[in-house]
Amino acid sequence: MLIQQKPDINSSEITSESVYLNRRNFIKSVLGVSTALIAPGAFALNNYSLEDEKRYPGPQWLQQKIAAATKPKIYQTADKLTPYKDVISYNNFYEFGLSKTDPSERSQNFISDPWKVEVVGEIAKPGHYQLEDFVSPHQLEERIYRLRCVEAWSMVIPWLGVPLADVLKRFEPTSKAKYVEFTTLLDPEQMPQQNSLFGTLDWPYVEGLRLDEAMNPLAFLATGLYGQSLPPQNGAPLRLVVPWKYGFKNIKSIVKIRFTETMPVNTWNKTAPSEYGFYANVNPEIDHPRWSQATERRLPSGLFSPNRIKTLPFNGYAEEVAHLYKGMDLTKWI
Amino acid sequence: MDLSKKVQLRLLWIAVFGICLLPFLAVVLAAVQQTLGADPAKEIVLELGTWAIILLWASLAVTPLRKLLKWSWLAKYRRMLGLYSFFYASMHLLAFATFMVGWDLDILFLELTQRLYAIAGFAGLLLLIPLALTSTKKMQKRLKQNWLKLHKLVYVVALLSLLHIVWQIRSDYSEALIYGLLLCWMLGYRYYIRTCAAQKRKQSVMVQHDKVGTHQ
Repeated sequence: MLIQQKPDINSSEITSESVYLNRRNFIKSVLGVSTALIAPGAFALNNYSLEDEKRYPGPQWLQQKIAAATKPKIYQTADKLTPYKDVISYNNFYEFGLSKTDPSERSQNFISDPWKVEVVGEIAKPGHYQLEDFVSPHQLEERIYRLRCVEAWSMVIPWLGVPLADVLKRFEPTSKAKYVEFTTLLDPEQMPQQNSLFGTLDWPYVEGLRLDEAMNPLAFLATGLYGQSLPPQNGAPLRLVVPWKYGFKNIKSIVKIRFTETMPVNTWNKTAPSEYGFYANVNPEIDHPRWSQATERRLPSGLFSPNRIKTLPFNGYAEEVAHLYKGMDLTKWI
Repeated sequence: MDLSKKVQLRLLWIAVFGICLLPFLAVVLAAVQQTLGADPAKEIVLELGTWAIILLWASLAVTPLRKLLKWSWLAKYRRMLGLYSFFYASMHLLAFATFMVGWDLDILFLELTQRLYAIAGFAGLLLLIPLALTSTKKMQKRLKQNWLKLHKLVYVVALLSLLHIVWQIRSDYSEALIYGLLLCWMLGYRYYIRTCAAQKRKQSVMVQHDKVGTHQ
């Protein structure tokens, strides 16, 4: 006997094939509208006139986060911004080469999307995270920080990102977590200098912070600059920004975060311990063996105005961070 | 010497002179056109310094190349290469003092007395001064044997230049290694030639002794 079953759904309720196939476009257009709605209210982040320079819009999800970013007043500054073209063409990113222009010249095909970050160590919630999941729970902020390189030049950069502390807390560090170690991508095919025969640096690049330094409100994880995503030469898609420390502490293209009980060995410290310490706090009184740290040249520098200015303790952020080093002999802990 | 040969030599001289001047003109042009990036000062200083060393190495390469390739005409250009090296080294220091230090004498003094790499570089430049001053044919004749002795200082300058580079290495030895190996080869070749010549003299002396012996 044949039993005729009544269909569960009326054919009128079934989405037509054309609409079904178009759903991606539909979602995109809706998102586009919502982005457009958010953008004007988002503190005009895209007001930077980037002229004819190359732009780095980044993935869709990040563009939305950027459009919704806030601009906290306390992280603005009176310092004049270093022009965008200098920020993206004058970089120390030794994985791509040693000269200042190597990174921007050699990194343009670098794949930073998709990107995974591994979080391990003394925490309750270890795991592998897609960058989007890693960043999504947080609101992006724009912060203008001074960047002081150990080579005695400096810049002023408007970063986009999230407070490091907020991110780290999500993984619930245990009482054993005393330090945080960061690791850069190891990929000699994309990063040619990692193949160098005569290099003295051990790859991948490693940096670290004491947990209380990492939890300081100034410590920042950047995913963008100048109102857009991070260019590869600036450490796409995720980099550390700790403005009271020398530039080399600001590790780029992070793939791993490890919470440890013992002090991590950072790459430069391993290579030349007498020149680079673990802390690397900006300190005008302690010279690098090969150059003075008392002054710095604020870039871009004109030829007949070297733009040399006095370097400030903790790069001018002493009020925020000096208390972290109370009782420490900073001539010893370089 | 016929006229065309003379013209040829003249043209060759102009060509070498022009080629050596090109890097300097390129730096000036780039500075004027502002294509040197965020830190033009450092680019200029680096470029001038690099050419000072390349030309110094070129002047040291004259002797071995001349002998190996039998290019006797090269000898004529040793003085020019050396003087050009001195010119680039002077411009290098001048650019450093002007564009990077802004003639802040305190900083300049500290840099040139406290930093090992700067001391080496500065010492090298100072040692080039007497060589440049005595580079004329007149001085060469007047100083006679002492001229050769004095100009052996160029080897010290080369070593100081190499130290100037090595002490600035941050993470990669390849460039310094190339300069170092080239210098080893150029100095090694001179040593080899000299020991060969000494041996030949010895042999010829022995041959003469033998001849004297058979006669007796």
